[in-house]
Amino acid sequence: MDTLLSDLKKQIVEQLNLQDVKPEDIGDEQPLFVEGLGLDSIDALELIVLLQQHYKIKLANADEGPKVFYSVKTMADYIRTHQQKAV
Amino acid sequence: MHQKDYYITASCRISNQVIHKDRQKIFEDNKPSLTDFLLSAYDHFGFQYPKFYKMDTLSKLGWLASEVLLKNSFPQLHYKPEEVGIVLSNSNASLDTDIKYFDSTKEFASPSLFVYTLPNIITGEICIRNKFKGENAFFIQERFDADFIKQYAGYLLNNNILQCCICGRVDVIQEDYEALLVLIEKSGTGNHVLFTTENIQSLNQK
Repeated sequence: MDTLLSDLKKQIVEQLNLQDVKPEDIGDEQPLFVEGLGLDSIDALELIVLLQQHYKIKLANADEGPKVFYSVKTMADYIRTHQQKAV
Repeated sequence: MHQKDYYITASCRISNQVIHKDRQKIFEDNKPSLTDFLLSAYDHFGFQYPKFYKMDTLSKLGWLASEVLLKNSFPQLHYKPEEVGIVLSNSNASLDTDIKYFDSTKEFASPSLFVYTLPNIITGEICIRNKFKGENAFFIQERFDADFIKQYAGYLLNNNILQCCICGRVDVIQEDYEALLVLIEKSGTGNHVLFTTENIQSLNQK
């Protein structure tokens, strides 16, 4: 399994206090908000903090949020793109 | 205006690792930390509300007390959402969470802690859970003032602003905590006692 995806799932569960969710139960492409994992607007802010804390990435444009945080896979894609830029 | 008689139809007290419902001990657990105690009680009663895990300690304590208070005691169908309100108080406001939030700002300020840096958030959590839409208030007082709570809730009931009110205190600072919630209704039930300052004080000491 992709290490980044699995790390992200663990970090999301921990950062958002999702004590009734196991990381392995989160699908790679499962929507994180509303009909998917049911996250809310405060969780969205926590995901921004997660990106900064663990990956040193600042979300430059807030309008990108819905696309970046759509799923674990879209988050991983965003992290990879920005880590490549930083190299 | 003359204040009519109202009734305490249910009560819940949480302190010293024990939960009382209507003066009867219904749960005890010697978990070393308050957080562990509250999680243990949540599991014991089989509540299903994932938001509970995200709450700060003050809201967890108040929410748990409200669930125990209302379970099998609250005739929800008797009331419209706007007829049920909440009047709470404490001495430490949200200081317990304020300190945790302040500590988090030294590295990454936590949005999920920030939203709990007001004590009245707890009334919102209880209202959201039960779909209550009536008047609610949270007072910060040096000491628990049963007479003030009685007067304030009595005014709301007397003026038909509310038909039913959850009153009491919910307080947390580090590992010190106390919660006392009483359900006040205009009609008595089999187990009711009169809504008086003395009866609130008596429940607060049990």
